[in-house]
Amino acid sequence: MGLISDGTTIFDAGVMSAGLGGSMVFIKKLTASSSSSLSFVNGSNGVVLDSTYKEYLFLYKDIHPSVDGPNLQVQFNDSSSNAVTKTSNSFYAYHNEGDSTTQLVYVASGDLTQATGPQPIALDITNQNDSSAVGFLHLFNPSSTTFVKHFIASGTHMHDNIAVLSDHFSGYCNTTSAVAEVVFNMQSGNMDAGDISLYGIA
Amino acid sequence: MGLISNGTTLLDAGALDGGVATGAMTLLSTSTASSSANLTFASGINSTYKEYVFKFIDIHPQTNGKHFQVNFRDGSSAYDATKTTLMFYSYHDEGDGTPALAFVNSDVVAQSTDAGRINTGQGSDNDESCAGTLHLYNPSSTTFVKHFHSNIAYTDSSGTPNSINVFVSGYCNVSAAIDGVQFSFNSGNIDSGTIKMYGIK
Repeated sequence: MGLISDGTTIFDAGVMSAGLGGSMVFIKKLTASSSSSLSFVNGSNGVVLDSTYKEYLFLYKDIHPSVDGPNLQVQFNDSSSNAVTKTSNSFYAYHNEGDSTTQLVYVASGDLTQATGPQPIALDITNQNDSSAVGFLHLFNPSSTTFVKHFIASGTHMHDNIAVLSDHFSGYCNTTSAVAEVVFNMQSGNMDAGDISLYGIA
Repeated sequence: MGLISNGTTLLDAGALDGGVATGAMTLLSTSTASSSANLTFASGINSTYKEYVFKFIDIHPQTNGKHFQVNFRDGSSAYDATKTTLMFYSYHDEGDGTPALAFVNSDVVAQSTDAGRINTGQGSDNDESCAGTLHLYNPSSTTFVKHFHSNIAYTDSSGTPNSINVFVSGYCNVSAAIDGVQFSFNSGNIDSGTIKMYGIK
């Protein structure tokens, strides 16, 4: 039996009615512990990554690599776990602790051209003990079988030259197949620590 | 007595059950300026959330051409955490003069306890203000540096009024937890405006 207040259903069948809990809905948090990857697979382990939401937001916090200097990267797969084709762009801003270098540049090593390889989202992270990477990834309408699937990522981290680096990426999965899996890993080595949370935007 | 729907506990002991899906972004505090030297969030920043978001709504300075800035408290009463930052912006003026995208060398800090600027040269005409967002990650960590980044839109009326979109990233290079955040201008007061602090579950 549901809970109805003044004609409005508040709860029914054990869940709060849509629209009452806020528009940013927490779905799943994965925590790294010497992990080779963190995978969000639709329908698995409580993950929703389908037509339920038109926008999904991943927040990554204090990702710490096991080796010095790898990229944090993301892969988008279809429902058969096949990596999809992507085209993207990349730029960053940089300032080192020694105050000797500042940069605002396009980064060709961070972009993809009709490639199925992983998309970098944080470049050259140092693995000093106090170093980590933070940021976000938006994925829009992954279940569309009409349009390409756009993504935008931005973050900040300690670069392996001991600098603050601000990463910016956007691109699209150039496929009419739905994207049903999003997998994060390091370019080399493991994710020693950190967590990634997935939200649906209603 | 709890509230149970279809076998699932929804409310018990005055609180929503942890299994009930709710909003992930929670308003924690609102601070409104009125000729204020600063707006300070001295409580509520702890391990409850791994990300805190500050929203700036129509921050209006007393003095023209000053810089909106942030500093962080890291264990004492002072807002002086050591930090390194970067800043870049794009701008375009009302006269359709040459637009630009540039790194802003003059407004960054390197291993400094000074406040970190999060815009530069904000206008103080009656209709001018700034608006935007600052994210602070995992402030209670005693292992990692504490990252933050901001994005603010504002106007600079030093010449032909500009639309400016400024981005700042940085980290507090301290092992102590950050438990307070303070916003101010490098000179003069915050005449008006509101800052809201949210926690992200």
